[in-house]
Order: sequence, then C-alpha cells, then structure tokens
Amino acid sequence: MTTSDHIADVSTGTDTTPEGSDSAPYAEPRETTEGPVYTVSGGDWDDVLTDASHDERMVINMGPQHPSTHGVLRLVLEMEGETVTQLRSVIGYLHTGIEKNCEYRTWTQGVTFVTRMDYLSPLFNEMGYCLAVEKLLELEVPRRAQLLRVLLMEINRIGSHFVYIATGGMELGATTAMTLGFREREEVLHLLEHLTGLRMNHAFIRPGGLAQDMPDDFVEKVTEFCKVMDERLPLYDKLFTGQPIWRNRLKGVGYLPLDACLALGITGPVLRSAGVAWDLRKTDPYSCYDEFDFEVPTSTDADCWARYLLRVEEMRQSLRIIRQVLEKLEPGPVMVEDRKVAWPAQLSVSSDGMGNSLDHVRKIMGQSMESLIHHFKLVTEGFRVPPGQVYSTVESPRGELGFHLVSDGGTRPMRVHVREPSFVNLQSMPAMSEGGLVADVIAAVASIDPVMGGVDR
Amino acid sequence: MADEDTQNPRTGGENSSAERAESGLEPWGSEPARVVAGHERRGMFGVSGSGDTSGYGGLRLPAYTPPPAERPYGGWFDDFADEFYAALGENGIPAEAVLQVTVDRGEITFYVDRDHLVAMCRVLRDDEGLRFEMCSSVSGVDYGEDVPQRLHSVYHLLSMTYRRRIRLEVTMDVDDPHVPSIVEVYPTADWHEREAYDMFGIVYDGHPALTRILMPDDWEGHPQRKDYPLGGIPVEYKGAEIPPPETRRSYS
Repeated sequence: MTTSDHIADVSTGTDTTPEGSDSAPYAEPRETTEGPVYTVSGGDWDDVLTDASHDERMVINMGPQHPSTHGVLRLVLEMEGETVTQLRSVIGYLHTGIEKNCEYRTWTQGVTFVTRMDYLSPLFNEMGYCLAVEKLLELEVPRRAQLLRVLLMEINRIGSHFVYIATGGMELGATTAMTLGFREREEVLHLLEHLTGLRMNHAFIRPGGLAQDMPDDFVEKVTEFCKVMDERLPLYDKLFTGQPIWRNRLKGVGYLPLDACLALGITGPVLRSAGVAWDLRKTDPYSCYDEFDFEVPTSTDADCWARYLLRVEEMRQSLRIIRQVLEKLEPGPVMVEDRKVAWPAQLSVSSDGMGNSLDHVRKIMGQSMESLIHHFKLVTEGFRVPPGQVYSTVESPRGELGFHLVSDGGTRPMRVHVREPSFVNLQSMPAMSEGGLVADVIAAVASIDPVMGGVDR
Repeated sequence: MADEDTQNPRTGGENSSAERAESGLEPWGSEPARVVAGHERRGMFGVSGSGDTSGYGGLRLPAYTPPPAERPYGGWFDDFADEFYAALGENGIPAEAVLQVTVDRGEITFYVDRDHLVAMCRVLRDDEGLRFEMCSSVSGVDYGEDVPQRLHSVYHLLSMTYRRRIRLEVTMDVDDPHVPSIVEVYPTADWHEREAYDMFGIVYDGHPALTRILMPDDWEGHPQRKDYPLGGIPVEYKGAEIPPPETRRSYS
C-alpha cells in the first residue's frame, strides 16, 4: 500500500499512516460468495485529530456562486484556521465580449452595449463612451444636454450607492440594510424609468447629446425625489452609523493606505478614504461639473468604515448637485445641431412605446425623399468618425471609468477598451485581506463594491 | 502579396478597384512611416466632397499614420516634453527611444521603443518634474491583419500632482508579440497586462503570472484579434432570418 492510497493524506494533509504499517489495522477483504467483504474497523478518532492538528492549512474556494462575493467573483483563500494567509481573485465568469461586439456595430449602437457593462451605473458607462466619441468627433454638446446628463448621472450615483449599502449590508448579515437599500433604489429606478423610459440599460445618452428631451413633469418628479431622499438619508445615519455591530464589523477592516492605492491604481471612494480628494468631477471637470458647488468628502482612516461614511456623504452631495441642475436648466436643444451626427427624429413616446415622432414620419414618407434617405443611411450605416484615438474618463460611483476608443475613419469603432474601476479596484483584494479573518474578506469585497458585469465586460 | 491576389483582389486590398489610380485613389503611403496605425476607411458610401453616395467608388483603405507633431505642441505639452527629454537624458535613456510624438485631440502620444519602456516608465514615475504616479490603463489594440506592426500596447499614465495624462504606445509584429512588463513599476498593470495577453496574445515578458484572466484557461486563440471571428448564430425573428452581426452587410 503506497501513501497515495490514503485519500485523506492527499486531500487534507492528514497523516493517516498507521504506526508500523506492516501491522495494518485495516480490514483485509474476506472473500464470500457475494464478492469481497470488508469489515471496517477504525483507529481512535482522537488519534486522527491529533495527527491532523499540526497542519491546518486549507485552500478554500469561495464563489463564484457564493451569496457574499458580490456577484460571480471567485476567491481562492488559503487559510490557517480562520486567518487568510493568501487570497487570489478569479474573474471572468461574466465575460460577455462587449468590447469585441462594439467593433461590429455603429458608434451609436455601441451605447446599448456599454450600458450593460456595469449594470448598477449604466448612465456613467453611456456618458464615458459618449464623451470619448464626442472627443473623437470634436463635438460640443448643447448646454441643456450637458446639464441633463449631470442630473441623470447623479441620480444614478445615488442608486448605485444604495445598492452598495444593500448588498454590502446583506453580505455582512444586516438584512435590514438590504431591504432599506433596495427600497430606496426602487425610488431611483422609478425616477429613471420616468425620465428615460427604462429602469436599467437606458441607452439614453447618445453621441451628440440625449436620445430625447425630458418629459414635461420631470422637474416636479425630481424635486419630489429629492424630498423623499432628504427624509430617507438620515435613516441610514440612525440605523447604521451609530450601530455598534455595523461599526465593529467595518472599522479597521480592509485597510489600504494611500501608497498602496496609488501602486494598485485604485480610484473612487477607496482612494478618497485614504486621504486624497481625487474626484474627476473636480480635478478634470467635464459636462459643466466645474459650475456646481459640491464637496468631495475624504477620510484618512483608509478602512471599510470610512468608505461607508464617504458613500453616504456622496449621496448627499449628489442631491445638492441635482438641485443645482434644476436651477440652472434652461430650454434648448438636447442634441447637437449637426445633422450628420444627430438622429433626424425627435423621438416621442406614445401608447405603444418610444418611436419616431409622427410629424417626422409624415415628413419623410410624404414630402422629402432626401430626408428619408438621410434618415435611413444615418440609422443603418451610422456616421463616420475621423481616424485617431482618445482616452476619456468620468468619475463613476466606483472610480475612474475610462474609455480608450480607436477609430479608423469608419462607421464602426476599431477598438473599444474600457478601463473599469471595478476591474482595477478588485486587484487590491489580497492587499486588503491577507492576514485578516475570513469574515473581514467579505467586508473588504463589499467596501470595494465591484460589479462583476463591469469587471468582466 | 501573392499572385492569386491579382486574380481575386480582396476588398480594399492590393489590386482591388480601390488601388486603381484613375479615380484619384490614394495607394499605400509611398514613404514608409515608422509608425503605422492601420488603415483609414474612405470611399464607399462615405465619399466626401464629390456628392457621390452611390457606393460604386469602392472602399479605400490607404495606410494611416498618425501625423507626427512638430514643436510647439501647444499647451502644457512643450513644458512636459522638455522635462521628459531632460529626465531621459539624466537617466541614460537615448532620445531615440521615443520614435514619434503625436498630438491629437488634446492628447499627447509617445510611440516608444519597447527596449526602453520599463526604464522610461520608471523615470516618468519617479522624476520630480514628471510624477506619473498612476497607470490608468493598459490596453491592447489590433490594427488589422495586413498592417505592419499590427499589435499595439497602449499605456495611459496619469500624474495626479500635475493633473496631466499622457499615452505611451508600443508597436509590435504579430510574429514577435513581446513587450517588457511594467508590473514592477506600476503593480496595477498586472491585470491589465493579463487581459491584453488574453485578448490579443501580447506577451508581457517579466510579468509575474501571465495567464488568461477573462477566458477559460484552456481557451485557444485570442478573441479580440481582428482575425478572430465574432461568432454568433442566425436568429429567426417574425419569420425573417437575422444573420449574425459578423455576416451582416457592412457599409464601410
């Protein structure tokens, strides 16, 4: 009998070899008419335990189908008892090839793909992509469209941070956080549905502006939303900020100091929790963000607790921005004047959904054949983008969302590369968790708030 | 190009209608540029100037070279370039390591020699006048099958101190897709480089664990290369068969 015959040896490192293996206590098969029969007689279980205790190293797979890993993230943990000695993240379970697919669609159709990447902040994906396309085209978007984009993004940021609290809380065992967070997110989704027509995957921000203008009553709806949020946000302070369990689970956990953040390319709330007020809305303003009055909250604690507080504060700041947008808004176009880029129809919503406005259909079908040709060509073929490459960034709820677009002068992108903050931030998992307890791994993942749809694209 | 191509020219390739001189078509650049970044799509339905929208002109694919920038670059680019070249000199990196500088749409790109890439990144990170603390992104680009040096590895660096962004670009042949890894300078490049290896087959020499990251470990091929098919199946919709995107008519 060789060592490898002891299954226990191979899988757990337990020494099960009997002392003096010639006097094997294992049962010999006894031949009967029914075949060989084994009589099992074990050694003393205490002896087995004593043998096993000298080496408690275990390799444990957590995920990809684990409810606490924030999606289909797989963590390979090497543990000694409850302590994590090594951690490796395995990703790719949600890889959908969005970058490659974009190369086979027009520049406008690309929006419907990128909006599906980070599904908790779809409007940021659209915005980053459109900013890059507009930079390639050297287009200036009308002011009303810029302001409305800011409005949509900030509403979306609030929704995304609520999901951070909801899922993060659920993973740490605070189910009330989940019910509250998702209740509030529902408000956000209702509002976005009213504004854009869809709860998620809006494809509302398009190269050159917005798909259409806001519905007539949007100011009331947004004001109402702000009021509801003003009432609900203090709930989080009451329920979580002062709560000892929540604080003890997060405080001092998932520590990642500033130098580690920079080395690992970490951005967003995780970087700001380490003390740098690095927010692209302030440092590299786009879409009129320099006109708004808001704070970038920071902390120097660099732990999960600080990240929680920052996100709650960011939601307040987003509400401030939303209110300022409503004050600044003036009537005007929401799409560029250039008819070579802007889709010819102002879309309208009717009983059977969103479609071309009847006036436009009447015009192209009845009066102007050239308009019909132009419409057809622009929609099926798309517009051309001069060759070159750009890298354009937005501050998504998770950090720097960058789009590296390459054009060869055609109607389709040559290359769409997305610098996803979740993808980059997830690299900090070993630095945050190794040496800590396995329960703190969960808190660390939750504090990064990765969205696997964005990580894998 | 081999002989059979004369008989059956590929769309936009050599000896295709796009290459015939009569209608004012541009052939491949007569002077080989040091950096070629693929084709520029012209012609077909996108003819500009003549008003011809028939598409009979054929697709033209002349070589595209990003135009080299000349001094002054404008903005902070000149200050930065002075500082950069001085820092390169101090650290014994020849100025020829920068093959070409391109300023386009408010962004500056340095096409660099791969042998000096890591040293250059170190200088960019550590020099007091440069301070590119963060590597935002590393991405691979494939410029198409018949383009010389078709694979590019593109690095976006960010200086938080000076609030500047620059782009470094390394070009390589598909037969020799090697580029030194910058993980030792920017640890964040780890996953980015694994992704570029996975998707484009760019081999980052010196990477601590260059394995596939998005595709399964036993996958064959590199999905984002231009010669890798998108795939897909035809879908029936309301009685009509919709072909997969790859085989649909392309207008450019």
